[in-house]
Amino acid sequence: MKAPSTHPAKPATSIPALLKTAFVNALIALVLFSLMIGIRTEAGSSGQLTYWTRFGDLASIVAAVFGGSIVIELLRQWIGPTGAENLVPPAVKSGVSFIGRYLAPALLIFTLLVPVIFYNQRYILDLAILVLTYVMLGWGLNVVVGLAGLLDLGYVAFYAVGAYSYGLLATNFGWSFWICLPLAGILAAFWGVLLGFPVLRLRGDYLAIVTLAFGEIIRLVIINWQDLTGGPNGVSGIPRPSFFGIPLDNSDDGLAAKLGIEYSPTHRIIFLFYLILALALLTNWATIRLRRLPIGRAWEALREDEVACRALGINTTTTKLTAFATGAMFGGFAGAFFATRQGFISPESFTFQESALVLAIVVLGGMGSQLGVALSALAMIGGFELFRSLETYRMLVFGMAMVLIMIWRPRGLIGHRAPTVYLTKAQAISSDLVKEGHG
Amino acid sequence: MTSPTPLLAIRSLRAAYGKIEALKGVDVEINAGEIVALIGANGAGKSTLMMTIFGKPRARAGQILYEGRDITDVPTHEIAHLRIAQSPEGRRIFPRMSVAENLQMGADATECTDAEREATLQRVFTLFPRLKERYAQRGGTLSGGEQQMLAIGRALMSRPRLLLLDEPSLGLAPLIARQIFDAIRTLNRQDGLTVLIVEQNANHALKLAHRGYVMVNGLITLAGTGAELLQRPEIRAAYLEGGRHG
Repeated sequence: MKAPSTHPAKPATSIPALLKTAFVNALIALVLFSLMIGIRTEAGSSGQLTYWTRFGDLASIVAAVFGGSIVIELLRQWIGPTGAENLVPPAVKSGVSFIGRYLAPALLIFTLLVPVIFYNQRYILDLAILVLTYVMLGWGLNVVVGLAGLLDLGYVAFYAVGAYSYGLLATNFGWSFWICLPLAGILAAFWGVLLGFPVLRLRGDYLAIVTLAFGEIIRLVIINWQDLTGGPNGVSGIPRPSFFGIPLDNSDDGLAAKLGIEYSPTHRIIFLFYLILALALLTNWATIRLRRLPIGRAWEALREDEVACRALGINTTTTKLTAFATGAMFGGFAGAFFATRQGFISPESFTFQESALVLAIVVLGGMGSQLGVALSALAMIGGFELFRSLETYRMLVFGMAMVLIMIWRPRGLIGHRAPTVYLTKAQAISSDLVKEGHG
Repeated sequence: MTSPTPLLAIRSLRAAYGKIEALKGVDVEINAGEIVALIGANGAGKSTLMMTIFGKPRARAGQILYEGRDITDVPTHEIAHLRIAQSPEGRRIFPRMSVAENLQMGADATECTDAEREATLQRVFTLFPRLKERYAQRGGTLSGGEQQMLAIGRALMSRPRLLLLDEPSLGLAPLIARQIFDAIRTLNRQDGLTVLIVEQNANHALKLAHRGYVMVNGLITLAGTGAELLQRPEIRAAYLEGGRHG
């Protein structure tokens, strides 16, 4: 068989074109880095501004970009166009779909068994809890960004609202975690609606800027409202969660004593693990259910085309607000969990970097894909730990991995979107319907 | 054959985008069971009229009466609940959602029973069997003609009495355009659906329509039955001979 005709044998890009691309990229790099790297400024001995040039470093960076873009162009030609999925042999395709079908259940079973397998490895358990927290945050943000298509750069604000809600309610009034958890969610949802109102008419970049500002406002309010939040000192002594009223400690009333087993601090870690797993699964379950309801469908339609939505009788105002509120609520739950796990919260935990990280998880995972978000949270948080040995180069490797994913999987790791409406009964199309023209 | 109260009556309607006045006092009447065509050149205000009926942009002056009720200030999303449906210009289907979901979206905002919804769905499939074949496919992967069928099907899913169609033949091959027009005629004859159709393809639209309006610079300049308008020399010169290719 000949090569598929769908992919016409394009002659390899000529060397001048290759050099031109590389040259343009190098020029952009030169402009970008001339100030960032080419000139170094510092406060001098008497407070005056001193600066010196670093043209050597600049030249090497520009040269690296020049060489790098040639390599990437060549790699692209060698691997072929990104859209060439039809060139994949059917055996590989069926294998991939087999993995796709069983990956999620397998991951879930593995996750359930993590505390059993790694019972004595505190480091792994802590890391797993961290990963699950981000899975939950990713799934929460996925409602806003992935489903409703509203780019939210201030998601950490709701995480903070949830954390402070629990922290303050628990330390001031001594309310238990299980009462505060829904309250934290409700308060975060309330703030979600509050953010939603002013940004109803905004889309895309403009929306992103306002949400970014909102995230910062919440953080600054927390820092400056010292009477309530303790300012930069944060809130400490936040109670640990109890097993529905039974504390998980070494006392006579503790769970270990009641069950008649020997106390171990690992019990609490394992409890936290299953708690965040349950919360994350609740988020996932709710999202999956919502997607099949009119409101979830309206979110997705809103992402696709707002004008068409309005013409179809969708109230875009309430649709957007519910998306913000739902996403914020899950962020609030995660925040309350974060507070009870840490026992201490301060504004430093809720910087823009957190928002960016969660957003990166959603985008890299594939917007709207639950499994993709979970995998990318695992890769981002777990991978970050994995590269710890690289020390200073960790961020570099990490950034490069992200760029590569975006080059080869522009829709994210799992760009596939599962439909939610099916024919109620599978009917064969009767032949009298399949003819052209009626009337 | 005019009934006492028209289904939709537009009285000296004015609308503007900022300072640019797009509708300068438009009067249009649509009786139940009619197909009415609105023809005119680019920028005449045809689409604006369509969108003003849906409240975007809002009317500056004048009235829109639906079944005798003033709907000029009804919020856009509530107009769909009055059993007015729109297939907007440029189709505007939801590209990443499946055909099934696109159709479901049409029914979501309206109160109808599962049985009614199922019956409407089957009706849409009878009119456009292609949509049934493509049921699980993503909307964005359909051809232009299929997307237009989907846009009309989606509008029909809300069980409208009045269907507003904005340029349904835009960018379609003549054969496909004829299929679309045939389907509109079937809907009108068999289901009694009232249709307002905005078209650049004046020849097709006027042959299909019972009555037609010609719009120039935000004003209705001519009105009459479809056959009458087709015979008018000024219409032939402006919209038929000039724009006709073979």
